Amino acid sequence: MSFPNVFVIGANHHKAPIEVREKLALASHNEDALLTHLRSIEGLHELAVVNTCNRIEFYGVGNSKTIAEEVTAAFCKQQAFEISEFEAFRLSLKGKDAVQHLAEVAAGLDSQILGETEIFGQIKEAYANAQTRKFTGPILNRIFQKIFQAAKHVRSTTKITVGQVSIANVAVELALNIFGQLKETRILLLGAGDIGEKTAKAFQSRGALALTVSNRGFDKALHIATELGASALPFDQKDSRLCDFDVVVCSTSAPECILTKETVLAAMKKRPTRPLFLIDLALPRNVEASVNILQNVFVYNLDDLAKIADENRASREAEIITCKNLLGEKVENLWKHIEPQLISPSTSHVSAKPTPPQESASI
Amino acid sequence: MFAVLTDREWLWAAGAFYLTGLILGTLSLIKGGRPSGVTMYAVITAGYLLQLMGLGVRGHAVGGCPLGNSFEIFQFTAWSAITLYLVIGVTFRSSLLGYFTSCLAAALTLSSLLLPDFDATRRAHIFGNNPWIEFHAAIALFSYGVFALLALTSALYLLRLYSLKSKRIGGWFSFLPSVIDLDQIGLRLLVSGVLILAISLIVGSVYWTHDFASVSVFKLIVTCSVWVAYSVALILRLNGKLIAKRFGWVGILLFVAALLSLWPVDTSRHSSNGAIHVKLEAQP
Repeated sequence: MSFPNVFVIGANHHKAPIEVREKLALASHNEDALLTHLRSIEGLHELAVVNTCNRIEFYGVGNSKTIAEEVTAAFCKQQAFEISEFEAFRLSLKGKDAVQHLAEVAAGLDSQILGETEIFGQIKEAYANAQTRKFTGPILNRIFQKIFQAAKHVRSTTKITVGQVSIANVAVELALNIFGQLKETRILLLGAGDIGEKTAKAFQSRGALALTVSNRGFDKALHIATELGASALPFDQKDSRLCDFDVVVCSTSAPECILTKETVLAAMKKRPTRPLFLIDLALPRNVEASVNILQNVFVYNLDDLAKIADENRASREAEIITCKNLLGEKVENLWKHIEPQLISPSTSHVSAKPTPPQESASI
Repeated sequence: MFAVLTDREWLWAAGAFYLTGLILGTLSLIKGGRPSGVTMYAVITAGYLLQLMGLGVRGHAVGGCPLGNSFEIFQFTAWSAITLYLVIGVTFRSSLLGYFTSCLAAALTLSSLLLPDFDATRRAHIFGNNPWIEFHAAIALFSYGVFALLALTSALYLLRLYSLKSKRIGGWFSFLPSVIDLDQIGLRLLVSGVLILAISLIVGSVYWTHDFASVSVFKLIVTCSVWVAYSVALILRLNGKLIAKRFGWVGILLFVAALLSLWPVDTSRHSSNGAIHVKLEAQP
């Protein structure tokens, strides 16, 4: 007699490049069809699918040694993907290792952007979907609920989520350090560079009051402004209107500085007590370096932002071992409760009916 | 209840709480963490209540607001700053402000307790039976508390400007409030301090016009100079002439000057009224 075990199979960004992940991505209608098929596999008691742009992972409980292979085969068949090819990208873990993996994923340790928190919500959603489909039982319910607690604990007691790691978010964080909140902050985007647009969008998503776009070609400015739900400003008015903005994102391809010390000084005379934040994302630089010496003016170029993002990333990386150890302790404790459940006779005939959430405070 | 401890014992206990806040905050910052806002607030509140008891006992003993010597003035200034912090701290939500307030309160209360000369002579009934003079003195000192908090906010403001200009936003710089928040709270404190001191001077001048000899010219000049200096700073700030780093430095330097001016002011008035001088024989 073989006892059921916990397993995870799938593929993620560590091994599978984006072209492969595109092929493996499970559309919602395909997911329904696949799960209907998987439900018929004998010995597969519980299953939850984590399906994001960076990973497709099946967390299951089954009492056959080949159950993970059966799930893999069904998935590859559904996606019309060669099993032999899938082997090269495959993630396959069992028992405590599978639970540890889920814990690290939920805490953002396994994410492409280390410490990102979106994955936590995605796993919660995956678990909720599995519950809705009545495909969870006592084992997965306990594992997921305890893993959520463990991931929250790691995020709140370590620095794994501290500091932004993308250029756009670092710029927004700096603006918050200057203005406190963005609801009264007016943004001017100078130029049509991709990174500038992303940064402007980041400001919009954080509740900036208004966004204005200015570009040498006014049509392009109008086009971007329409796309972003912003207004457009003729490029020759940027100097005279500079005083109306709190944050200026520069990403033009101009070969020379477009914001000189004299221009900024003239603008600041009209708003001496309100700070001005200049984000220079262009190469060559759009803002004269000497502008930074002006009172209440803060200039950050691409290197400055990248350095802060790198420092934050390094700081998060330094926390990985601490986080893994913390999660390891939690998983070890959890496994002590799960293992007896797996070998108890009742588990080999797991009911598909979801069990209510468990309330115990610690694993 | 009051008799359980002497005034200085209450004040020592208060100083110990402020020192605890300072130590806890410093340890948090050394470990790279943010001082807990709730803990700082609780520790400062406990110190504040104990200080209130101590000042109450002293006030009962001297028959009025305890402002008769340098010790009492330092204690009252610290207490005023803490009073404001307890009001502002809730909305400001900066544990660093709590930490800095704890540092200032510990420095003022403990230094005044440790320097025996500050409290060598107690003067009872220094305001005679005139409640207006007591009111004048109390709110004048209260304005110094406001300026103390302004100096702390200015220090935070300078640190925030430095962090942004030098592009170091990590570590404990990340616990600092934003430039705008610090600038706004600094401005509000400056307006409040100038107004409170103005009210104090107006109340005092009514008394002075009835009895020119009661106030030394030196004290008058120094006190008015403090008010004028802060008023000029306020006007310049409102006109946008005193901003950013200069505004921050002015907030700190003016408070240092105001604090230093308390010594000659206190000394000059010792011989100018008929207060009862009591030499303390033994102090804990």
